[in-house]
Amino acid sequence: MSFSITEPSNRQKWIAGVLVIAYALITLMPLAWIIATGFKTPADAIAYPPKVIFEPSVEGYVNLFTSRSRVTPEDLAALPPPETFYDEIVRQYDMVITGPSKYGERFLNSIIIGFGSTFLSVFLGTIAAYAFSRFKVPLKDDLLFFILSTRMMPPIAVAIPIFLMYRQLGLSDTHLGMILLYTAVNLSLSVWLLKGFIDEIPIEYEEAALIDGYTRFQAFYKVVLPQAATGIASTAIFCLIFAWNEYAFAVLLTSGTAQTAPPFIPTIIGAGGKDWPAVAAGATLFLVPIMVFTILLRKHLLRGITFGAVRK
Amino acid sequence: MAQIIIKNLRKEFGAFTAVQSSSFTVEDGEFFMLLGPSGCGKTTTLRMIAGLELPTSGEIYIDGAEVSQKPASQRDIAFVFQMFALYPHMNVRKNISYPLVSQGMPRAQVRAKVSEVAEILGITALLDKPVSGLSGGDRQRVALGRAIVRDPSCFLMDEPLGALDAEFREHMALELRALHDRMGATTVYVTHDQLEAMQMGDKIVVMNHGIVEQFGKPQDIYDWPATTFVAKFIGSPAMNLLEFNDVAGNGATSVRLNDAAIDVPEILSGTNGKLTFGVRPEHVHLDDAAPYRGRIIASEYLGTTQIITFDTPLGAVKARIKADVAVRIGEVTGLRFDSRSISLFAPNGHALLSKANQKVLSHG
Ligand SMILES: Nc1ncnc2c1ncn2[C@@H]1O[C@H](COP(=O)(O)OP(=O)(O)O)[C@@H](O)[C@H]1O
Ligand SMILES: [Mg+2]
Repeated sequence: MSFSITEPSNRQKWIAGVLVIAYALITLMPLAWIIATGFKTPADAIAYPPKVIFEPSVEGYVNLFTSRSRVTPEDLAALPPPETFYDEIVRQYDMVITGPSKYGERFLNSIIIGFGSTFLSVFLGTIAAYAFSRFKVPLKDDLLFFILSTRMMPPIAVAIPIFLMYRQLGLSDTHLGMILLYTAVNLSLSVWLLKGFIDEIPIEYEEAALIDGYTRFQAFYKVVLPQAATGIASTAIFCLIFAWNEYAFAVLLTSGTAQTAPPFIPTIIGAGGKDWPAVAAGATLFLVPIMVFTILLRKHLLRGITFGAVRK
Repeated sequence: MAQIIIKNLRKEFGAFTAVQSSSFTVEDGEFFMLLGPSGCGKTTTLRMIAGLELPTSGEIYIDGAEVSQKPASQRDIAFVFQMFALYPHMNVRKNISYPLVSQGMPRAQVRAKVSEVAEILGITALLDKPVSGLSGGDRQRVALGRAIVRDPSCFLMDEPLGALDAEFREHMALELRALHDRMGATTVYVTHDQLEAMQMGDKIVVMNHGIVEQFGKPQDIYDWPATTFVAKFIGSPAMNLLEFNDVAGNGATSVRLNDAAIDVPEILSGTNGKLTFGVRPEHVHLDDAAPYRGRIIASEYLGTTQIITFDTPLGAVKARIKADVAVRIGEVTGLRFDSRSISLFAPNGHALLSKANQKVLSHG
């Protein structure tokens, strides 16, 4: 495909640049606020007028990762001197650390469930998309429509049946259950996106490989997959973003073993409802994996989200 | 090296028949052209030979073995695709070595073989370049390299020059033919360009609407077309075809074109009705004494020759004559036809067998 676009003038580039930067600043503001709040003291976090300049503190992070209990000043005084900086911080509030918090576990659950379901969605999606793209499948169009139609209502609309079903099957609050659920939701998107990408790969490449003496599977694996890398990467990001951020099902179906970070983070705020810095710290850290993943795959993403419209 | 025999090959796509019932033989070492207009089933035929498409019915023998239902990977053939189909994620060297890697050839041997092929094709300097930046001609050479590197029993090429610029095409055609002469491998080459087919081929099969119209040496096909389709498709300008009503009996040696008696080669399979008289432009001469007459309506100067167009009672006739003969538009003159070179076609479009063409047409 080729189309000609006149090179923008310097002035146009300037205006575009300023607009993009302004937009970026506006959208980054809440993010910056969350990150900043993570480093405030609880008092600073709720100060009015809001504090833009403040003395940074790691209290939020300490509270995020620890469980604490209140002790009487006498007991506190009776304790040996604090061994670590976080002991010291906690004792300012008449508290002692009783152990690690659940945040680490919940975070790990998010990683297992998010990446697990992303892998499954992309794996199954690639295979299905390849079959739809290359083979004569009876009722192909109807099947594709059926797959798409599973996305036509919000997934949460089927929450109650799934809740009951999961309880019967013993899948409630299990990693497997959540992985299967997110895979089921993501699969239709994944099949459709990937079919688009695979359709664009000329079939001659595989035929050339077949003639060069490779089996159909080898041709798929060595010729189609590398060329579908862009599509696979961008599909993976879409799937991961959904699974990572999903809140409603996670609240409904998980409470302990398999609880992911999104339903857990709000509970950090604590009984007094004051610990905003810990919540902000939890949210900040929660952003990191998906940011890393996106940055790693950004080269593919840019071409991927234009759905093959930009070709070399 | 191999002989390829195609017998009653047929391919249907649903209700549509792309190839009706093709039969022809490609001899060992031949440069064989599959010629026909776009959509006539050339690619389909080639893909069936390659094993990329399974025939609905019929047989394909490569080197004596019936392979029509075997997968491509078991046929030991190389295929050069129209758009080359170089693996875009590999560099030139990887592309060329890919077929060898599949055979599990040791690395050092692969390297040596690839260098040798690159040397033959003059692309040694490109070996470590990505394929995306290559020019059309270089892509073509890499595609050829990938084909020849494993010494297949035959090469199948689908319009391999179709994606190149006109000027480069000619050069590549010569290169290809020279390469073939050097390697001597059986080659089946698809083209819709009759000139290319005539220039390069040892033999040509002419197809139309999924039917093999004629199969033979370029010269034979040119001189003695089996059907009016071939007569029109081959040659530029094409053979003059004049329709007339007459009886052409067995043993007749002349026909009447609009009352003018014209000598023709002795007819062996007579017929009657709406016949077609065919003569190549170079066999039409200006001769005021000739009984069949026409008026000059156009002339095209082509350097050493010129093409004169006549308006005659049975339709336009073109003659190819020396460029230095002076002609005047509007002039009426007689047209003499080389009687030994004339073809006659029956109402169904098939050539009547004559003493002159029987050798060419009777084999099939
Ligand atoms: N896979 C297919 N399904 C349906 N029709 C096809 C398929 N491949 C080719 N055809 C049809 O068969 C006819 C011959 O095609 P092809 O062999 O590609 O012609 P050529 O190479 O001579 O231009 C065309 O009309 C084409 O549309
Ligand atoms: Mg074709």
